[in-house]
Amino acid sequence: MNLNATLLGQMITFALFVGFTMKFVWPHLMKNMEKRRKKIADGLAAAEQGHRELEMARRKATDMLRDAKADAADIMDKAHARGNGILEDAKDHARSEGARMMELAKQDIEREGNKAKAQLRKDVVKVTMASAEKILERSIDESANQDILNKAISEI
Amino acid sequence: MSADVAPTSAEYIQHHLQNLSLNLHTMQLGNGGFWTLHLDTLGVSIVLGLLFLGSFYVVARRATIGVPGGFQNFVEIMLEFADNQVKEMFGKRNDFVGPLALTIFIWVFLMNFMDLLPVDLLPRLMSMADVPEFRAVPTTDPNLTFALSISVFFLLIYYNFKVKGFKTTIKEMCTHPFGKYLLPFNVIFRLIEEIAKPLSLALRLFGNLYAGELIFILIALLPWWSQWPLGFAWAVFHILIITLQAFLFMILTIVYLGMASEAH
Repeated sequence: MNLNATLLGQMITFALFVGFTMKFVWPHLMKNMEKRRKKIADGLAAAEQGHRELEMARRKATDMLRDAKADAADIMDKAHARGNGILEDAKDHARSEGARMMELAKQDIEREGNKAKAQLRKDVVKVTMASAEKILERSIDESANQDILNKAISEI
Repeated sequence: MSADVAPTSAEYIQHHLQNLSLNLHTMQLGNGGFWTLHLDTLGVSIVLGLLFLGSFYVVARRATIGVPGGFQNFVEIMLEFADNQVKEMFGKRNDFVGPLALTIFIWVFLMNFMDLLPVDLLPRLMSMADVPEFRAVPTTDPNLTFALSISVFFLLIYYNFKVKGFKTTIKEMCTHPFGKYLLPFNVIFRLIEEIAKPLSLALRLFGNLYAGELIFILIALLPWWSQWPLGFAWAVFHILIITLQAFLFMILTIVYLGMASEAH
């Protein structure tokens, strides 16, 4: 073992090398790695966030779909009810209208009947008068017996 | 082995354990006592260090936040590895200890890795360029391992005083572990404890790699037919050792710094 000035030379070399590493190699690479670490962490966080959002959106879509189905069913029910209502109303209306028509027809018929009866009565009186005139010849004063005749007509 | 004049085994080993030295007094190759530079140790370590820093620097410049490609991935794994060790051992993130640990680990590993190159490869290539001797593995030179560990030692002292404060550190030195009545023993204990850290750091790395290299040299001296299986087996084993030693140096540095920056 012969220690000599090489020792000093090596110490200086060593110091320079460590200095170089410390100044130009270490910080740059460390910063770089730190940045990458952060980038990866951010990426993972973003992925996680996206996943969560997707899950939420999916749930929301399911909810909306369910609501829409419920609404549709509700609307259908209401429409059915309304249709039935309209149908009932129409039936009622038709029934009452029919009844009214019947009533009118009956009244018409009655009126016509009455009219016919009145006519018939007049005709019968005329026929009776004519036949009585013929039977009694001119002996009967038409105006003197008018009240008797009227009584006879109302009794027919 | 050498082509021209076959050296004896002793010469061969000797030659392989000889650093390429520059005498700073005369500025010529040769041993100049303390003022000698091991050109091979410095050269290989600096080239490997620049390789490491250069490639990591390029990655740091071009790094993307998106999916990292092959080499960037590797660099980031290394960084994360060092960062995690610091977090675990040092107790918290630190913008100095992290780069320090990373530099130690990669640099020491690369230097150790030179041990896996065939023992004769670099010396032979160098001898073709008229370089008389060349040791390819910088970590088998105690100058390098001590340079690292003594640097760490200075950091330990600095952290002791900076994080805990001068008074607390001195008080701790005087009153631990035996209380204030055994003050001299406390101080001696503490000094031994502190000095043992750089010594053990440097000698552990040096010893492991020196021994490993020696085994490779010895295997190279064996008959040619036995070199391949033995060399292969030892190289496989050595892959573990060089990684482990680089890892240990890094971990112990972090642990020592962690200990220095928290009160007993």
